[in-house]
Amino acid sequence: MITGKVHKFGDNINTDDIIPATYLVTTDEKELSKHCFETHSPGFNKKAEKGDVIAAGENFGCGSSREHAPRALKGLGISCVIAKSFARIFCRNAINIGLPIIECPDAADGMDEGNTVEIKFEEGMLYNKRTGDRYRFTPYPEFLHRIISAGGLMKYARRKAKNV
Amino acid sequence: MFRERKGKFGLGKTIVEKILSEHSGRDVHAGEFIVADIDLVFAQDGTAPLAIDAFNQLGKRKLFSPEHSAFFIDHASPPARRELANDHVKIRKFANEHLAALFDIGEGVCHQVMTEKFTCPGNVLIGADSHTVTGGAVGAFAVGMGSTDVAAGLAYGRNWFRVPETFKIRLSGAFEKGVFPKDLILHVIGMLGADGANYKCLEFAGESLKGMSVSDRMTVANMTVEAGAKCGIFPSDEQTLSFLKEHGREDKFRKLESDRDAEYEKEIEVDLSVLKPVVSLPHRVDKVFPVDGDELENIRIHQVFIGSCTNGRIEDLRVAASIVRGKKKSRGVRVIVIPASRLTFEQALDEGILKIFNDFGASINNPGCGPCCGVHQGVPGDGENVLSTSNRNFKGRMGNPEAFVYLCSPATAAVSAMTGKITDPRKIL
Repeated sequence: MITGKVHKFGDNINTDDIIPATYLVTTDEKELSKHCFETHSPGFNKKAEKGDVIAAGENFGCGSSREHAPRALKGLGISCVIAKSFARIFCRNAINIGLPIIECPDAADGMDEGNTVEIKFEEGMLYNKRTGDRYRFTPYPEFLHRIISAGGLMKYARRKAKNV
Repeated sequence: MFRERKGKFGLGKTIVEKILSEHSGRDVHAGEFIVADIDLVFAQDGTAPLAIDAFNQLGKRKLFSPEHSAFFIDHASPPARRELANDHVKIRKFANEHLAALFDIGEGVCHQVMTEKFTCPGNVLIGADSHTVTGGAVGAFAVGMGSTDVAAGLAYGRNWFRVPETFKIRLSGAFEKGVFPKDLILHVIGMLGADGANYKCLEFAGESLKGMSVSDRMTVANMTVEAGAKCGIFPSDEQTLSFLKEHGREDKFRKLESDRDAEYEKEIEVDLSVLKPVVSLPHRVDKVFPVDGDELENIRIHQVFIGSCTNGRIEDLRVAASIVRGKKKSRGVRVIVIPASRLTFEQALDEGILKIFNDFGASINNPGCGPCCGVHQGVPGDGENVLSTSNRNFKGRMGNPEAFVYLCSPATAAVSAMTGKITDPRKIL
């Protein structure tokens, strides 16, 4: 279970918003996080606290394939991204590096800046502690659940390779 | 996003369903999660360092197939900063140690080189770059992924996929003078929206394909990701064969098309003859307007970029050169021309095209990504407008969030470089 404070974002947040290409010179999550949303929302890296949650609109993470984007969010301590929808590559990247994401349009709409949200992944349940609203989301399919519960694609692959 | 479709399917398959069935060893249809074999894997200098780290985490000593793995130094090439130079050192070392193909500075943009040298009809290709979709131009299932996914591909030659649903885009008619494949794909993106094809395959079909070269198709396939698509794909036909012949790879040809009874999620008709030259306005690729509309009246430009994996091919340079031949660029406009690959550079050199651009007053850079991704070779100043033949105009994309990037065809870019403002190419052609 995760409990975190909500930061609200709009539609079509792209990977250049999350981390501009000029900072792709490091693979260190902490270092990347210093520049997270630097041009889109200056000061966000100072405002965000460990465990916070992002609630965004449609097509979150569109644009480049840079895995630095979910890594920068992870480095900042973001515990989950809830959105109306995710861009395809961002979705894969987040799963592969172990950043939880939830596609739930009602919850993404129903949550405001500063709300506190409680997320129960196993139950597929989101709870807005400020408003008292509850939202259901579809848990990951079995196939992806195995990757996520292994802690990401590399750990899953390593485990699988050992078993073969 | 994770919806898995189950139930009865017709026998017919789309091109992508055929390719993924072949690569997973069973009959697969849209909506299924599968594990499939991969034919080609690559990464570029922005994404390779992370892919190398992820690969090393696996504790594997060997690539699944060095001759099917490639590394490109194209995004910051040559590097403008010490950190970038050190990334390149890391990539060279890894590629050499693992005997993978390495395309160093001056060789060109990954998508162009992959298509010239490696990508074959019916292949499964994954690349750590969103514009990997370009490979769909020759009938390959080519998808962009992140570094970790690509590392898994490098190590095992396999990965998981969700078989995408397909939108069929049926093309009829022919382009009017001054209208080009770039205008077609910008039109389609404007129509679908930036996420209108999220997770989907965009398959192009119809009578107009007969007259569309692989170069034209690459421009179109390249930008399908700007509508969120997982891939863009063209059937493999006579045009594909002639492209492969041109590159000495005709033995790799195979015909590939969708079955008549294949299932499509959506079918869209586009009549090429009614399309106009269009421009995509900052800061969204799907903000597409006709070049002769009010939105684009009197927009002064400071920098023109002709190049990139979208429009840096010899065919694009020929169009632009035919417009600027014997002319001078507008004062106050910087013009940057970048051939997409070394081969393109050589062709442009042989055909006298580089001389035409040089006489025009353009600056010609080495093959690579150029200013498209904002790391080197032409970051615009605050408040400046850039007219570019590349594929993305997000805020800050070219390295300055205070600049404005407009996207267009090489013809529109060339004509506008002469006038100093965004100009309808039909006025000159």
